[in-house]
Amino acid sequence: MSIDFLISVIITVVGASTPILFAGLGELVTEKSGVLNLGVEGMMLVGAIAGFATVDMTGNPWLAVVVAAAAGAAVSMIFAVLTLSLRANQVATGLALTIFGTGLSTLIGHGYTGRPIKPFTTLFPAALANDPIGRLFFSYSPLVYFSFIMVALVAWFLSRTRGGLILRAVGENDLSAHSIGYSVIGVRYGAVAFGGAMAGIGGAAFPLVLTPLWAEGLTGGRGWIAIALVVFAGWRPGRLLIGAYFFGLLGTLELYAKASGTVFTALLPSEGWAALPYVATVIALAIISASKAGGGNAPACLSKPFTPAA
Amino acid sequence: MIKLNRRHFIGGAAAAASLPMLASRATAADPLKVGYIYVGPINDGGWNTAHEAGRQEMLKQFGDRVVSQYVENVAEGPDAERVLRDLYNQGNRLLYATSFGFMDSAVKVAQAFPDATVEMCTGFKPSSNNNLSNYNIRFHQARSVFGTMAAMLSKTGVGAYLATYPVPEVVSGINSFTLAARKVNPNFKTKVIWLNTWYDPAKEADGARALIDQGADVMTQHTDSPAAVQVCESKGVPTFGQGSDQSQFGPTMCKSSSLDLWGAFYTTRTGAVLDGTWKPEDTYWGMKEKALDTAPFVNVPDDVKAAAEKVKAGWIDGSYDVYAGPIKAQDGTVHGAEGSTLSDGDILGMNWLVEGVDGAMPS
Repeated sequence: MSIDFLISVIITVVGASTPILFAGLGELVTEKSGVLNLGVEGMMLVGAIAGFATVDMTGNPWLAVVVAAAAGAAVSMIFAVLTLSLRANQVATGLALTIFGTGLSTLIGHGYTGRPIKPFTTLFPAALANDPIGRLFFSYSPLVYFSFIMVALVAWFLSRTRGGLILRAVGENDLSAHSIGYSVIGVRYGAVAFGGAMAGIGGAAFPLVLTPLWAEGLTGGRGWIAIALVVFAGWRPGRLLIGAYFFGLLGTLELYAKASGTVFTALLPSEGWAALPYVATVIALAIISASKAGGGNAPACLSKPFTPAA
Repeated sequence: MIKLNRRHFIGGAAAAASLPMLASRATAADPLKVGYIYVGPINDGGWNTAHEAGRQEMLKQFGDRVVSQYVENVAEGPDAERVLRDLYNQGNRLLYATSFGFMDSAVKVAQAFPDATVEMCTGFKPSSNNNLSNYNIRFHQARSVFGTMAAMLSKTGVGAYLATYPVPEVVSGINSFTLAARKVNPNFKTKVIWLNTWYDPAKEADGARALIDQGADVMTQHTDSPAAVQVCESKGVPTFGQGSDQSQFGPTMCKSSSLDLWGAFYTTRTGAVLDGTWKPEDTYWGMKEKALDTAPFVNVPDDVKAAAEKVKAGWIDGSYDVYAGPIKAQDGTVHGAEGSTLSDGDILGMNWLVEGVDGAMPS
């Protein structure tokens, strides 16, 4: 197990974890405001096709990221209107959003299959990016570095700014926040839009970073992982980062174990390796729920519609 | 006067809705309705794209005499049976099931509807109603061309095969690739990953990266999307696409692709049903019958190209057979014998890997 091999594995893990990190961050903010948006998979797919189509038409991946974020946010607004203004059930609406987003992305994407695009190239000069040790830090696409910045930004926003405090207050006790004078619905709209934008960027990471083509269902269910990860992280951005990489590692480990030959397949059957990431997530959730510190961390108003007293 | 209440209304509506069902009685002038089920999207750029191209070719041949519909993204398993039954209930009397995992559903539907004709791709089970045939392409012929090229292009002597499920079609692909490579380089090894999916671009890409990181410097795939081709292009690893020409995803590294040409088969069999001459007989065509070809070889030295053309010509005129002679399996047993070759049955039911393959068969 050479250093070179280890570095290659780490680079692949980072690539695989970035989409769920983005989507998880967005969902974390949304849930912190008290809204449970299960439509992450749909928003990711819409972001993916929006990003892909933009690069296909203009060749500019940066513009694609912006368009993907806008597309994700736009689709999330459907959810927001239904659940915040019309007070529909959040779980059902979120699931409907997933199905809608998946179908919409397939519809738009129909003409785009079979067309490769140029993915993001790294920002750093080739000398650093290709250097055997340097590539561990410098060979990633800009979206990866952006994801780290976003984790820091979200953590700072939630814990150190007034805006974050208001957001958390709305999520913990919406009636009190309302009585102080904050617009609960307004804050939640903003949180949902942010969640949609991040999910859109996470989805765009697939064609822009991982596989520069469009295929139906490109995200392969990673949106659901992101939702579970938010719970796994106890609604804390730092833990979300660890969780996203943990899941990415397990998923990648499956492939490297299989590629190494018979030793690993003797340990665990092939299907066992495929199930490992999901099993590990469930185990982690169970441990966290059992412990007092992490268990009761959910925002108190999560998934409850806001009904101001008459 | 019948009172117009909800109960009567519903009853009347149901009666009216069922009228069309009484009407249809197939006459000689009615076009034959042909139904297709695909395991993935028709624009996957590989397996399903090739089937759809074949279907379109068949339709062009028969014009008005045939009306066809397809359902894509049908999950292998119980849902396939539901879709096939649904197609039958819509009037389709010739059904093509285009993936191995549809086999049990195809057999069930063939048993249930004696007046339907079912063609099952890459399957091997019969139906007691004599209305089911299996059809297949000798994919291993193309794999042996690629194996020959791979051994000549590889510097490390380690190749990689992105496999899907341990079904005979995939196993014979791996074996054929390895055996052909070992004819060129007796120490050639093939690393195999079983992805347990035909189509998941992100997973295919990660699988390709894992194989390359393990030291493979030439690759081929059994998966349906061109994701692995793209990874190989970005890492400078020669690869071979499958199903359709995938070179646009790897302009310098995708040296060729296997081309599944289903059009001739679909035309022949649909024509047989139209003529009334259809008989349940399995079809197993290859390069000679023009059911399989390889995309033009790009970016390879002339000697590699010549060797590949030689293998292709050998399959067509019968002078090359990758399965001829005694073959040593991973576990040491010897299959086949000097002077003979594996039978079609052996190939279609292959469940053992040859020596030189690095990766066990999942149970």
